[in-house]
Amino acid sequence: MPVYSEKVMDHFTNPRNVGEIENPDGVGEEGNPICGDMMTFYIKVKDNRLEDVKFKTFGCGAAIAVSSMVSEMAKGKTLEEAMKITPKSVADELEGLPKNKFHCSNLGAQALHKAIQEYLKKQKKGGEDNGK
Amino acid sequence: MREVYLDNTASAPLLPEVREAMMPYLGDIFGNPSSLHNWGDGAREAMEAARGQVAQLIGASTDEMIFTGSGTESNNLAIKGLALAQQNKGKHVVVSAIEHFSVLHSARTLAKWGFEVSEVPVDKYGAVDPDDVRRNLRDDTVLVSIMHANGEVGTIQPIGEIAAVTRERKVLFHTDAVATAGTIPINVTEVGVDALSLAANQFYGPKGVGALWVRKGARIIPLLDGGIQEEGRRAGTENVPAIVGLGKAAELAKAHMTERMKRLSGLRDRLLREVPERIEHVVVTGHPRNRLPGHASFCVEFIEGESMLMLLSSKRIAVSSGSACTSRALKASHVLIAMGLSHEIAQGSILFTIGIDNTDQDMDYVLETMPPVVDRLRQMSPLYARFTKASKGGN
Ligand code: FES
Repeated sequence: MPVYSEKVMDHFTNPRNVGEIENPDGVGEEGNPICGDMMTFYIKVKDNRLEDVKFKTFGCGAAIAVSSMVSEMAKGKTLEEAMKITPKSVADELEGLPKNKFHCSNLGAQALHKAIQEYLKKQKKGGEDNGK
Repeated sequence: MREVYLDNTASAPLLPEVREAMMPYLGDIFGNPSSLHNWGDGAREAMEAARGQVAQLIGASTDEMIFTGSGTESNNLAIKGLALAQQNKGKHVVVSAIEHFSVLHSARTLAKWGFEVSEVPVDKYGAVDPDDVRRNLRDDTVLVSIMHANGEVGTIQPIGEIAAVTRERKVLFHTDAVATAGTIPINVTEVGVDALSLAANQFYGPKGVGALWVRKGARIIPLLDGGIQEEGRRAGTENVPAIVGLGKAAELAKAHMTERMKRLSGLRDRLLREVPERIEHVVVTGHPRNRLPGHASFCVEFIEGESMLMLLSSKRIAVSSGSACTSRALKASHVLIAMGLSHEIAQGSILFTIGIDNTDQDMDYVLETMPPVVDRLRQMSPLYARFTKASKGGN
């Protein structure tokens, strides 16, 4: 087992914002081509801010900690700010990740960005409520 | 909190009797077994006594036993050494798809040196069909290596039947018995293998010592050049304390094998039966019955092995996993994939290897701790969410 930082262990054992959002404004799913894992992010947007962020993750300890950290970093941010979250900034917030676990931090940021992009696309389409 | 160690395949604890037997050789009896004076004598006698103990464990004679630094080294020496020694006869070797990497990668090295390697498949239980071995034999085949049992899924291979095939064709047969020697009976004479690898830390001996038994008359090219220790087949001053420990562990394993097997299989059968009873969507990996006594392995669907392992570890239960995320190379276990499991299912691999110190209470603790751990991870899993939605939709 890789040696994880205390921060990683904390987010792994007590992940924040686990779950799904009913009628989300955006959903982003990202698969990991390396080990086959998966993350899904759900967002709720209000006045251009991420009012709520939730996630589900199928993956290793680092992947779970990363999703939890991304959700915490993103919540309350404007969409522009949230788009600036990078795998590196997530890994830094987690006080580092073992080398072979860096790819797990890509997943988190990418899944979140996908959710935001999905939301923006829907907005462009005329903002009509396609309440699914 | 109760502490439950169920990772005996990674390493079994050192028995106190074994440690006691080793102590003099970490102290006053420090001589080099090759030396011709008194100091050398003490070390040499102890080493030769150990050779006898290990030979007895596998029904071999003593002058065919080479001490090595690990099971990995034994496998390297067997595969490369036996193949190279016969390269005038032919350059083809046969291994199974689920061998330990020390065998598979040695075979890969042989391939770089101009050998051809054939891999025999396994069935869904991880068992090799002796007929498949037969089908892969060629006129230029010089070595077959099939493990006695797989440490990851516990399945025991029909090495007696495979040996019958290789004998008929006069091809050398090596078996990696690292998972079995000292755990279940094996008699090289009765089974008819030509070479066998074993390692001490699998049966309550120290780390850093193993042995390769090679049938008399079989030539082997050494991997290490130097002095003529071990009849010139493995140069380097022998690790006397560890070898003494190996010998003692072998003696104890032989003496207590039947009772140990009985205890371990009882505990194993509880896990094999009760884990799938208590947790839905769990598959047993490996053969349901024909498997190592202390070995229970599963794939838990919709979740990943490392996170399971970490949560169990926070409850002081030590297990291992063959998931891609737990492997340094981030690859799914070649064993599970060879058995036909999907990458997704293989991600949920979890492996309990029971030792002689474990009790029924330990199993109780595992059986009550594991379901909430699995449940927690499933609540987090998008795959599980997808599955429950789909099955609700289907109703
Ligand atoms: S999700 Fe597979 S290694 Fe992190």
